[in-house]
Amino acid sequence: MVDTMFEMPLDPAGVPRGRAMIERAEWAARAFASYDSATVQRIVDAAAQAGAARAKEFAEWAVRETGYGVAEHKLLKNLACSTGIAAKYRASDYIDVVVDDAGKMVEIPRPAGVVLALTPSTNPVATVMFKITLALLTRNAIVISPHPYAKAVCAEAARTMAAAAVAAGAPDGCIQVVEEPSIPLINALMTDPRTDVILATGGTPMVRAAYRSGNPAIGVGPGNVPVLVDATADINATAQRIVDSKSFDNSILCTNESVLIVEEAASAALLNAMTRAGAHVLSDDERDRVRDLVFPDGHFDPKWVGKDATAIASAANVRVNARTKILVAPFDLVVPEEPLAHEKLCPVLGLVRVPTVGRGIDAAQAVLRITGQGHSAAIHSSNPQTIMAFSAAVRVLRVSVNVGNSLGASGIETNLAPTMTIGTGFLGRSSVGENLEPKHLINWTRIAYNSNASVPMANFAGLTPWHAPEGVVPTYPRASNDANAAPLVPSTVAMSNDAPDELRDEIRRLIIEELNAIVRG
Amino acid sequence: MSDATALDYGFFSFASKDEVLEKSKEYWNPGKTSFWSESGVPLVIDRREEYFIYDVSGKRLIDVHLNGGTYNLGHRNREMVQAITVAMQHFDMGNHHFPSLARTALAEALIASAPQNLTKVIYGSGGGEAIDIAIKTARHATQKRKILSIIKAYHGHTGLAVGTGDDRFSKLFLSDNEEDFPHVPFNDLEAMEEVLKGRDIAAVIMETIPATYGFPLPNPGYLEAVKQLCEKYDALYIADEVQTGLMRTGELWGITKHGIEPDILVTGKGISGGMYPIAAVLVSERCAGWLTEDGFGHISTFGGAELGCIAALKALEICNRAETRSMVHYISDFIGRGLREIQATYPDWFIGIRQNGVVMGLEFADPQGAKFVMKRLYENGVWAIFSTLDPRVLQYKPGILVKPELAEELLDRTEVGIAKARADVMSERKFR
Repeated sequence: MVDTMFEMPLDPAGVPRGRAMIERAEWAARAFASYDSATVQRIVDAAAQAGAARAKEFAEWAVRETGYGVAEHKLLKNLACSTGIAAKYRASDYIDVVVDDAGKMVEIPRPAGVVLALTPSTNPVATVMFKITLALLTRNAIVISPHPYAKAVCAEAARTMAAAAVAAGAPDGCIQVVEEPSIPLINALMTDPRTDVILATGGTPMVRAAYRSGNPAIGVGPGNVPVLVDATADINATAQRIVDSKSFDNSILCTNESVLIVEEAASAALLNAMTRAGAHVLSDDERDRVRDLVFPDGHFDPKWVGKDATAIASAANVRVNARTKILVAPFDLVVPEEPLAHEKLCPVLGLVRVPTVGRGIDAAQAVLRITGQGHSAAIHSSNPQTIMAFSAAVRVLRVSVNVGNSLGASGIETNLAPTMTIGTGFLGRSSVGENLEPKHLINWTRIAYNSNASVPMANFAGLTPWHAPEGVVPTYPRASNDANAAPLVPSTVAMSNDAPDELRDEIRRLIIEELNAIVRG
Repeated sequence: MSDATALDYGFFSFASKDEVLEKSKEYWNPGKTSFWSESGVPLVIDRREEYFIYDVSGKRLIDVHLNGGTYNLGHRNREMVQAITVAMQHFDMGNHHFPSLARTALAEALIASAPQNLTKVIYGSGGGEAIDIAIKTARHATQKRKILSIIKAYHGHTGLAVGTGDDRFSKLFLSDNEEDFPHVPFNDLEAMEEVLKGRDIAAVIMETIPATYGFPLPNPGYLEAVKQLCEKYDALYIADEVQTGLMRTGELWGITKHGIEPDILVTGKGISGGMYPIAAVLVSERCAGWLTEDGFGHISTFGGAELGCIAALKALEICNRAETRSMVHYISDFIGRGLREIQATYPDWFIGIRQNGVVMGLEFADPQGAKFVMKRLYENGVWAIFSTLDPRVLQYKPGILVKPELAEELLDRTEVGIAKARADVMSERKFR
């Protein structure tokens, strides 16, 4: 019966196609969820290698497409987030059944299903690779919605990994990418009931929208990283680390240092050492010109995102050495009306000198009152009491110690979980307080026996509900009376499983070279 | 609605379902109306959405009849409704004589989607008319009159199409004409060659999988050989893709799975999106001659109505998406496996599965077996129809956008329906 006359709202362009992707992903996720760990490991390795093989090309492409960042740093991240992540985590940890005879429990991992991944323009390809690799490790299907500024390179990176994954036996459609992202499309995907979890890495409005969607979401808050240097720090090493970390990818990451807080006693030596390492410490006049340039009317001008320090200096009419990597801008007081105390997505580092460590901790807290709670902070010190006091007081969930925060907080130069997504926890209005890692994309079904000793537990050793797929998934639909006939139309583009030897060697060489460069500092 | 029990739709109203059935017999079709009531399928469709239809009583059915693929994309598919709603703000049916925006756009899209040798499109308002156009086109191109089809073929009920089919539908109207429409057994190449040898056949018309005959599958190589015979004896090959087209076999056109470039390809049903009637005939350059010689040779006021063209453009786009193709492969794989499991449980009753993608025929071990299953499935919330020309076989045609959970539910219901129908037949046999 006709209930009422109604007007169906028209779907914006692209939305129906996006819904079709989610539906396809739902089928893929169902199939993927019963794969065995050996097959999954093969898929993870194939996809990661395919991504790594084009890491350099994608790094350069990302810089070209977005107009910011440093290609060689992006290369490092692309490698870390493909083959690096694949090597760090083994699929078996997220697939194999865990039998705990003493606890009378058996645990069966259960993938989330359909993962919707929103990826940023700052870390575009690395985040795409990272989330795809996490999804594959945990047998999830993933739909990537890249930032519009980086959509072409992200789509190509996702397609590259998808083709390799499917060729290695992954279910068709387990990796998909939105080619033309738009706000209405992202909203439709986020609120779609078939989306099982949203991984939101990006700006605050997008992350908040993910949490409002009604679907489970893992979002991250913004950063605004204070770094404290006290008089007990190894000054030369600290100076080099800060300059390298601040200049990493031209400071477009949420993990780059924002405000340097230095104990007065160490200030002169540190700034001298930083100057030798490639910093230019601005005079008050220069500082004002840089501030007016980068924060006209007190608001950050996005055209300076990820630009070289020399370009910013030149535009501000500041004469600097051609090798200058960062500009250091001194100011007196960390307060909201001071633009230099806010997040700066370019290689300009705020500088505050403090008389005591205690005042330094206060200043760090003031930085985080502006923005960045739950994210990260850094400290360079050899005094455990100072490190403890700083870490307990400052409202962040990870403190990088005697290491640059860019690669420290993201677990590349620390033993935190290597990640492109920093969970900011309750402090940062997020559901996850750790660095995002594969375990966040599964739940466990727990078979729990009667704990009474009189009730025996059966022997589960060697039992597994998972199995290797019988062939291409899904099976190509041949006529049932012609099951052996080869399909005339191939269901997927055939692609080699493995990177050719010379390519693998080249990747290995690049990784080693990059890692050495980091170790050398 | 003032009275909750009345069937009041604004445009019309009935006091009850019984009143609808009575008046249906009185004013519409007494034969059909009675047949369904007596077959245990007393359905009068009310609401419809996705792959569900609801009887006016509120009973929900999963539709795996889909009117032969008309509802491929589901009932009142959201995208289809939106496309037509928007189109109606600007377009109507259009004028069939003039070149038109929507007809041209759809023709271009159809040609882009089809085997390369097909170059022009002629529109009809339904599949039967489209088959008539195909036959007329073949006759014009070859200057021969005879059309060869298989015994138990079905290509529609219009003037020429009905002749290609089983005499079940032609004799009634004194329209059987074996002279112009000879028939040979399906999957019998010798018989076909015997007729083609006379070189007086204009065209062979074949459904890629004969639907109304219960989807018997062509033997491997059969269609390919038929095409070769056509070439050898100068007959055209008309591919009736009304039921096998639009991704139902896992490729947009089922005939491409055989590597065949037909001279003429006919599409209907699903191309309408289930929303606005339209059908189309795609022809090769050789066959397209009459369109130049006498463009007014076939006229159809409703054929290629512009609203229908817009519906068809949208339906074609949805069917041809990579996502849709992938889903059809998943659905076909999943439901195929599920059916084989059910078959393993009742091997003495459920004796065969004919499947190519989501085109499926389920064979049962009784001459009227599918009618029993149809009735029990109906009781259990599934609407699937027996094959008119082979009632042992149930046509089982899941949609191409079915979701995993619906596929699971469908299999659960199907298993129960098949088991109950088996018990029905067993007990009936006991009393025979």
